[in-house]
Amino acid sequence: MAVLARVYVTLKPGVLDPQGKAIRSSLATLGFADVADVRLGKYLEVTLGESDPAKARAAVEAMCQKLLANPVIESYRVELP
Amino acid sequence: MSAVGVVVFPGANCDHDAYHVMKHVLGREARFLWHKETRLAGIDRVILPGGFSYGDYLRCGAIARFSPIMGAVAEFAEAGGPVLGICNGFQTLCEAGLLPGALARNASLKFICQDVRVRVETDASALTGGVARGTVLRIPIAHAEGSYTFDEAGLEALERGGQVLLRYCDAQGEITEAANPNGSRHGIAGVRNAAGNVVGLMPHPERASEAMLGNEDGRVLLEAFARA
Repeated sequence: MAVLARVYVTLKPGVLDPQGKAIRSSLATLGFADVADVRLGKYLEVTLGESDPAKARAAVEAMCQKLLANPVIESYRVELP
Repeated sequence: MSAVGVVVFPGANCDHDAYHVMKHVLGREARFLWHKETRLAGIDRVILPGGFSYGDYLRCGAIARFSPIMGAVAEFAEAGGPVLGICNGFQTLCEAGLLPGALARNASLKFICQDVRVRVETDASALTGGVARGTVLRIPIAHAEGSYTFDEAGLEALERGGQVLLRYCDAQGEITEAANPNGSRHGIAGVRNAAGNVVGLMPHPERASEAMLGNEDGRVLLEAFARA
């Protein structure tokens, strides 16, 4: 039974995010004046054949560490059902 | 006869430029290395060229770093072999952990293609051996993700260890905010590993190594690498 892992990759605090800044400024132009900050990240859906939750989590964590996130500038969060 | 190896990733587009300068301008034996090769037989230095390996999917260099040849490149680097990453090659070396830090989106969000000036910060590396500290070179950049990024502790260690190779500067060699094209931390345009045999830079010296092209400033760096 396939399992869907949701992976969120975000820039670490303090890392410059010019895209987030541009989005924030565009929102301000549209009248959303209350937006204090926007940070842009990545969202990945990884479908696994592994149905054991602990094994699935371990596999996706390993994927994040090796490839899906760059630990120098990014953090990640994994959600499994 | 041993040769300079120029790695060809799918999507590399400066591989021929690097090969051309090594072979026809500097008179070194040179050879293309397809990314699926797993050995570096007869190779005495390696260049990871610029381009858009694997379409820059996920992050620049993130997929290239797992190409079959990168295992051999890492072994070669650990044994002290000279390895040079230019632009996308620099990004790939950072992703592979062979160089410190990361290259992030330019602060302006623009793809920048223009001549910049860089100041040589150390002569102790495979790219700057014999090039005097403080030398100012005019070399083109062409990238959207060249903003050198590292945490404070990492930057401090780089500075302390003399691992900053090149910094963006103005025509007088001053490091200023205005001379920094992409928001790089500490104005960093290139770094080396602790040993100095692995080097990377965002500017393209291979595009500025011949009088016919109107600019030879990059040649001094590639000459240093060719004899490193």
